[in-house]
Amino acid sequence: METVNLDQVETILENSIIDIMTHSDIINPHIRVEGLNLNIGENHILKDVNLSIPSKKITCIIGPSGCGKTTLLRSFNRMHDDSPNVKITGKIFVDDENIYDEKAQVISIRKKMGLLAQRPCPLPMSIYDNITYGPRIHGAWQRRKLYATAKHYLSEVGLWDEVKDRLKASPGHLSIGQQQRLCLARGLAVEPEIILGDEATSALDPISTRKIEELFVTLKKDYTIVLVTHTLSQAKRIADYIAFMYMGKLIEFGTTDQIFNHPQKQLTKDYISGYFS
Amino acid sequence: MKLLEEKIFKALMLISAFVIIAVVGYILFTIVSKGIGSLTWDMISKGPGGGFYLGKEGGVLNAIVGSFYLVIGAVIIALFLSIPVTMYINFYLTKTSFFAKTVRFSFDILFGIPSIVYGAFGFAVMIYFGLKASLFGGIVVVGMLITPIIMRSLDEVARFIPRDLIEAPLSLGATKYEMIKILLRQLMPGITTAVLLAIGRGIGDAATVLFTAGYTDNIPTSLSHPTATLPLAIFFQLGSPIEEVQNRAYASALILTIIILILSLSARYFSRKLSKNKV
Repeated sequence: METVNLDQVETILENSIIDIMTHSDIINPHIRVEGLNLNIGENHILKDVNLSIPSKKITCIIGPSGCGKTTLLRSFNRMHDDSPNVKITGKIFVDDENIYDEKAQVISIRKKMGLLAQRPCPLPMSIYDNITYGPRIHGAWQRRKLYATAKHYLSEVGLWDEVKDRLKASPGHLSIGQQQRLCLARGLAVEPEIILGDEATSALDPISTRKIEELFVTLKKDYTIVLVTHTLSQAKRIADYIAFMYMGKLIEFGTTDQIFNHPQKQLTKDYISGYFS
Repeated sequence: MKLLEEKIFKALMLISAFVIIAVVGYILFTIVSKGIGSLTWDMISKGPGGGFYLGKEGGVLNAIVGSFYLVIGAVIIALFLSIPVTMYINFYLTKTSFFAKTVRFSFDILFGIPSIVYGAFGFAVMIYFGLKASLFGGIVVVGMLITPIIMRSLDEVARFIPRDLIEAPLSLGATKYEMIKILLRQLMPGITTAVLLAIGRGIGDAATVLFTAGYTDNIPTSLSHPTATLPLAIFFQLGSPIEEVQNRAYASALILTIIILILSLSARYFSRKLSKNKV
């Protein structure tokens, strides 16, 4: 009988688990990242990232500051297009369409994804116009339809009752949590398939944060949600899958249970236990 | 020792502030005290009569209207040039773009050119094409004078547009043109201020219009007519040996100052109103 030492067992285990993970992903990936490298000038920000984001689940990207998690998120809707000196190689498939293909239409790609920024950023127009902005630039114009859209999505984020009497007012008077929900509704009104959140709750108070988190959990039945977060507890609360990044590399990907309770890599273990952050 | 240093610099700052206020106050005092006596209703409601330049009846309505025509035309020209340029170099080109740097540098040069040079340049061009001094000539040259002013203030405010506001419409699938329409709302107060600054500069500038717009006692009814302007009205009246006429120069200066004051107050009001939805 062959003798196997402990290290080898670990390696075998690790490989088999990763195999299982990749396999389970492939069943229904909504976003598939293949060999993604991103350079800004001389700096190699993302290093050969391979990742599959499952459909209609919440995936949290975690990792210490500067690990490239926001950069990765922003490459999903080609937000780097206008940044100087950014060089991207590799492929990102959304619905099996490579978004970095020469023929890909950046507008239709962005229309598929709602981006929720770190700080809410209402457009300089009324609450109503904010919600209907997306539909309007994509061709909707009938007043009754637009009103129905506004009502539908404001209700979906639980804002309708709070703002229905002041739809024509400036969003500047809303609380920051309400503004963030308004921005979420504005993104949803474009009828995306994917919601990207870039530390979307980090500027909010705990109650607003809780509200947004609850929204994400309800929304995942219809949308694929990808969140960048630096709050481990948030990832623990709402994530179905977690991607851990460090120094521009994807270190580990797995279900929340796997990452938090049975991390395979030492780095992940250290990060989860708060050894570094 | 440190305390003394602190005190000296604080005193210096205070003195500088008071010097500014004193200068403004003294200028206003001179204009008002010399001009208020001659500031009659006739001054602003009538053109010059027969013996106006000898101290007889009439007013400077021709110059007031002429100045407004001129500066409105110039602002329209300047906005048509500077808004597209600033939007292009700020939102289409990257920060490191060589072309954007070249454009900014050119405008910096234009900004520093004295107005008499614009006047002389305009005059030379008009002679070359065989044109006479006219409202149109004045509008073009004043437009050249204020375009760099508007463009520079717009560039300043455009650079401080938050990145989030640029990305919000883009992430909703907006084209850059649609994004710029949003940004223009945000920039509205900045544009208003820029236009105001430019009007203040353009309406008060004598050197540009001296050769290009000419002077006349009539209110122009066509772009090809010459036009009177307030700065030149002040200049010509002040050059008169008759005291009555000199005082009217101060009255005209007072009118010009009041116009600029009204413009700045209304611009402030509008910029506050327009920034209602600003984020």
